[in-house]
Amino acid sequence: MASVDIVDVRKYFGAHPVIKGVDVQIEDGEFVILVGPSGCGKSTLLRMIAGLEHISGGEIRIGDRVVNDVPPKDRDIAMVFQNYALYPHMTVADNMAFSLKLKGASRSEIEDRVKPAAAILGLSAYLDRFPRQLSGGQRQRVAMGRAIVRDPQVFLFDEPLSNLDAKLRVSMRTEIKSLHQRLTTTTIYVTHDQIEAMTMADKIVVMQDGRIEQIGAPLELYDRPDNLFVAGFIGSPAMNMLHGRVDSADPSRFVTRDGVVLPLGRPRPDLTGRDLVYGMRPEAIQLGGSVSIQVDVIEPTGSESQVIGRLGAAEIACVFRERVSVRPGEMMPVSIDPAATHLFDAADGRRITAA
Amino acid sequence: MSVSTASPPAGTKASFFERLSQSRNGLGLLFMLPAALFLLCFLTYPLGLGVWLGFTDTMIGRPGIFIGLENYEYLWHDRVFWMSVFNTVVYTAVASVLKFVLGLWLAIILNEHLPFKTFFRAIILLPWVVPTVLSALAFWWIYDSQFSIISFVLMKAGLISAPINFLGDPTNARLSVIAANVWRGIPFVAISLLAGLQTIPASLHEAAALDGATSWQRFRSITLPLLTPIIAVVMTFSVLFTFTDFQLIYVLTKGGPVNATHLMATLSFQRGIPGGALGEGAAIAVAMVPFLLAAILFSFFGLQRRRWQQGGSD
Ligand SMILES: Nc1ncnc2c1ncn2[C@@H]1O[C@H](COP(=O)(O)OP(=O)(O)O)[C@@H](O)[C@H]1O
Ligand SMILES: [Mg+2]
Repeated sequence: MASVDIVDVRKYFGAHPVIKGVDVQIEDGEFVILVGPSGCGKSTLLRMIAGLEHISGGEIRIGDRVVNDVPPKDRDIAMVFQNYALYPHMTVADNMAFSLKLKGASRSEIEDRVKPAAAILGLSAYLDRFPRQLSGGQRQRVAMGRAIVRDPQVFLFDEPLSNLDAKLRVSMRTEIKSLHQRLTTTTIYVTHDQIEAMTMADKIVVMQDGRIEQIGAPLELYDRPDNLFVAGFIGSPAMNMLHGRVDSADPSRFVTRDGVVLPLGRPRPDLTGRDLVYGMRPEAIQLGGSVSIQVDVIEPTGSESQVIGRLGAAEIACVFRERVSVRPGEMMPVSIDPAATHLFDAADGRRITAA
Repeated sequence: MSVSTASPPAGTKASFFERLSQSRNGLGLLFMLPAALFLLCFLTYPLGLGVWLGFTDTMIGRPGIFIGLENYEYLWHDRVFWMSVFNTVVYTAVASVLKFVLGLWLAIILNEHLPFKTFFRAIILLPWVVPTVLSALAFWWIYDSQFSIISFVLMKAGLISAPINFLGDPTNARLSVIAANVWRGIPFVAISLLAGLQTIPASLHEAAALDGATSWQRFRSITLPLLTPIIAVVMTFSVLFTFTDFQLIYVLTKGGPVNATHLMATLSFQRGIPGGALGEGAAIAVAMVPFLLAAILFSFFGLQRRRWQQGGSD
């Protein structure tokens, strides 16, 4: 096990910058998730940690060793690829034992490592099968087994669940998390799925376009997003965002472009005249109150009710714990918990902190 | 009809065609018929005729009579024939091994990220697209006893004092024709294996590298095993082409000096056409068949899907 330090790391493909200066400190034993939209450079960053891509600038340290010029085979890390990259001509057992064989481990030693790993992953019955004879979920486990057997300093995962169906994805999520709790090996996990990030991570790194938008614990990001990108990316349904300004007559009120009046936690006379974005999570909206929403669609899921409607011209999503009895086209009175709202600068998208 | 099938009461003729059009096997047979006839006429007939000629004493311009195994008995005691068998085996074995090793090596180089990659890939095909007779003529000049460019360069460099007698000395001649054959055969092997290499996902090499494999270990445990199905096909073809080679030898040496480079194919032609002994020539050609069958059997087993290739998709 080891910590991983990423210091001002950059990557160019030719002249094209893909990673534009990234700093992350990963503690020993931490489960860190890199999340961001497709093409933002998550895989590239992971592959640089693995040693599969050259590092154009900056420094990556594993433990206290700078690994910029260390070849992948000497970095003592294991990686689970998105397509699993199982060796098709080797059985499950041989796939898992490959790294040990290369190290010249004895047969009994190999058996002592492969058997328990297979047992943990429920693969004991499949050790003699070839990858082609396995289902997607089983292949995914073999890929993890291959990593576990290594007992490496760091686990790297590149979108390991994206080829699985929705149900399996949810159960594998739990499994990977409990595996991490059991092995406590430092883990860096890449995904574009914010739910995966929220449910599994100790620490989330939100990336966009080769830069880090915010680093923090899942609920930190949810409760205090640094900017509009993180606010919109984390959480589903996404945070509602309304453009407008603080009312100059009464600075405890926010007035949207359409003239809808919304409450602020406390008066902000310092912000009058600035173009702002008012953010509220769907569950920050409660039934009954002075604001009325025109209802478009109601989606009951049983445990909660989602209502999509309009506030002025802006689309609004609400999630209620209770069941609602409104119909499309009706006006629904709601109130907004001012403590659960966020203000962002419309120009640069940054969160406006309490002044 | 003892078995009561639900045949329609209409005329049996109509129901025959109807049943034929419904039956997968019947239709398949029908569609294969033209191809089968074609094969029969253009493959089996000449082959059959060749085999038949081998049992006769036919000469050019004189129809022969059946003489049983006499041609083969004669060949059994013919040292030149055995020399040609030896030559053919050596020629095929050495040239095929060289083509495989050099072709694989080239394929691996071309599979790396090189500048001007497509240019090199096109260049590599040149020896293959040039007509054999043309390239053989070029080699004829390269191997000329007086004007050889190789001798010229080596002499200028002071490495040798007299021109090399490429095609006049038995050992030199054998090596020279093998070299020419290798030069001509490499593109086929290299390009086919390159296609094979490109079907191996890069992530397998990356996974192996992370697992701690050196580049040689990656080659041994990833590249080579995953390439074996293609190697089996390519090398079977390569062996068949080499074993039946004719043009190169005929242009370069005509089998000389003193039969040192006679292959079974060239000897068969030599005896049958210029020599006029069609029956004996045919017998030599027929004697090649067991070797070719062996190669085909080898490929048949080599080509069978291995256990790891069976089952669902990737
Ligand atoms: N080998 C490469 N050559 C050139 N551009 C690349 C290469 N690999 C990735 N890129 C580019 O880098 C960007 C980030 O890619 P990637 O790290 O795979 O994104 P993500 O994993 O976040 O979806 C993309 O715009 C992609 O086109
Ligand atoms: Mg990716």
